[in-house]
Amino acid sequence: MRISLFVPCFVDQLYPNVAWSVVRVLERLGHEVVFPESQSCCGQPPFNSGYWDDARSSARVTMKAFRDAEVVVGPSGSCVTMIKAFYPDLFKGETDELAARELAAKAHEFSSFLVNVLGVTDVGAKFDGKVTFHDGCHGLRELGIKSEPRALLANVKGLELIEMCEAETCCGFGGTFAVKYATISTAMDEVKCASILETGADTVVSNDSSCLMQIRGMLEKEKSSVRSLHLAEILASR
Amino acid sequence: MASQSSDFQTLSRRYTADKGFRAFIQKGMSGYYKKRDQNKANFQDWQGARDLAAEIKYEAINHLDKYLLEFEEKITARGAKVFWAQNAEAAREYILKVAKENNVHSIIKSKTMTSEEIHLNDALEKQGFGVVESDLGEYIVQLRKEAPFHLVFPAMHLTRRQISDLFQKELGSEPTDEPEKLTMIARDIMRRKYCEADMGISGTNFAIAETGMISITENEGNARLTTSLPKIHVALLGIEKVLPKLEDLSLFLPMLATAGAGQTMTCYNTMYAGPRQLGEPDGPEQMHIVLLDNRRTELLADAEQRDSLGCIRCGACLNICPIFKNVGGYSYGTTYGGPIGSVITPHLRGLKDWKHLSAASSLCGACTEACPVKIDLHHHLLQNRRNGAKTAPNPLEKISFGGFSLMMGHPSLYRLASGLGRIFQPLQGLVNGTILDPLRSWTDSRKLPTLAPQSFHEQWKKQRNRKL
Ligand code: SF4
Repeated sequence: MRISLFVPCFVDQLYPNVAWSVVRVLERLGHEVVFPESQSCCGQPPFNSGYWDDARSSARVTMKAFRDAEVVVGPSGSCVTMIKAFYPDLFKGETDELAARELAAKAHEFSSFLVNVLGVTDVGAKFDGKVTFHDGCHGLRELGIKSEPRALLANVKGLELIEMCEAETCCGFGGTFAVKYATISTAMDEVKCASILETGADTVVSNDSSCLMQIRGMLEKEKSSVRSLHLAEILASR
Repeated sequence: MASQSSDFQTLSRRYTADKGFRAFIQKGMSGYYKKRDQNKANFQDWQGARDLAAEIKYEAINHLDKYLLEFEEKITARGAKVFWAQNAEAAREYILKVAKENNVHSIIKSKTMTSEEIHLNDALEKQGFGVVESDLGEYIVQLRKEAPFHLVFPAMHLTRRQISDLFQKELGSEPTDEPEKLTMIARDIMRRKYCEADMGISGTNFAIAETGMISITENEGNARLTTSLPKIHVALLGIEKVLPKLEDLSLFLPMLATAGAGQTMTCYNTMYAGPRQLGEPDGPEQMHIVLLDNRRTELLADAEQRDSLGCIRCGACLNICPIFKNVGGYSYGTTYGGPIGSVITPHLRGLKDWKHLSAASSLCGACTEACPVKIDLHHHLLQNRRNGAKTAPNPLEKISFGGFSLMMGHPSLYRLASGLGRIFQPLQGLVNGTILDPLRSWTDSRKLPTLAPQSFHEQWKKQRNRKL
């Protein structure tokens, strides 16, 4: 299959290795990966802040970049939610509504694509460590992704998954919320990190780099030895 | 006006800084989660029940005109008086008028958040009426001269010790740590108040159109006494409380108990269908129903968010909300706190002053998932943000998102900015964590991620395009 890679802007800027990991996993499975270079940002920050006109201009760039794609896959529950769940709302009654719906239909979050579209749960990965998984809220509640990453992790050799008690509780990132209401966001981060540490895991994994940025930010500040990795990075390791 | 917004910032900072307080609330909730889940499992199909509840509410809210009139007709036929109050003032005036005309001296109340919404106690007390709350939690916060902390658990923020101290100070009772003893202290006082009171004011959980009844659900039995001992019963309710049929209660009563308090059924569920009828030995001589609009019809006119009128005030969305659990009920500064409060307060009290509550959310959606009547809470927060940005944009945000979309809308500008970011990142390092740091609200508690030496865009171009 020819897969068009969607790389959220902050992954592009901060975590290119996450995007490369997706490329590696998909190529190992025998698929062709293309990266439409005109993509920038899905438009979620202005959308979430209420500036829908501005969100639409970002979104149009994304829609154009993937117009001819067969399937679009991205390593972020949140940014894929923007495309899959929110583009149709954002363009409701606008001239581009059809294009928005078309892109929404062919866009997939990485773990859901592997499991639900390709039917793969074992990518032949190997990772030695105790891992706990954080469910990003958008992936979990907007896209209904819960079992997919776990099915994939279950087949990683050497990996032990320990569930944390607050796996489904928000890490407190929430985009601009994290700086606008920094104390609340931090309090939520504290609850999340405490729940991660309680498991005794050495690595926290998520299918969303934005959550990991928040979680890692606190773990590193507190000089914790717990690492954080994107699910794609685990699946790419051998 | 920025004041509500800055009050929220100040209070939420104060509460989140208190880790002991946060742990106390968290602990209270964990018991609730367990019981709630057990009781959810008692439903044959909880999700199916939610669908059905949402459907019934949809029908009721979309035909309020029909169901409210039916309710009025039926309950009036049995001698109750129905007053349609357009706003809070009209509702207060009516209740005051009834009290004055009947020479009322002392008033007892059972739990009603709607009376908080219209600031009824203040109005009554200003006119010289003594008012006592009969719900234990409400009585406690009344003694403390506070508003309820939570829709369902008004005094959940207080420890037993604090309550004992309060009773000791206000009522002269002996200190005690036992909940039963604390309850008995309040009950003793309450008994006297019930006998003295000549007016009882209650809220209403559901109004049934088909039979012209109101349904009140409670755990202490205080609402039964409040509504039946005094010679006048006033029931206050928002117009959205109406349900079409009596049988709808067979779903809504266990659902409210489960979602609200993790109970199979609330201890006392009572239906009231009018004042004392001819030949009946007891019950109030007069029953007044105050139907409150107070801008609910404006919310009704909003097709996107109309479903929020379906709220049964169970509090489940507050209980699950990670914001509520960290900032507590008082930070909101509203009658209705938590997610539902953040959604409806801008409609009931003005978008401009209350839109910040919709911004103070990570949009995690736990509320929507918890809501038994499936109100699309977190998406309504998004819509409030959009409406707020349209009607009263924040100038700084408007400029930044304008610039943002300009950059993201032009791939070449995006690449340029990505290069500039790498040049400026070391400069941020110089001021990291200091007062000059523009990212301080992040860096105070979290380490800032560093830009990759090369973006994925650049890496891909180099590695892959060369191959071609
Ligand atoms: S919005 Fe839903 S969950 Fe929240 S109080 Fe109302 S009915 Fe309960």
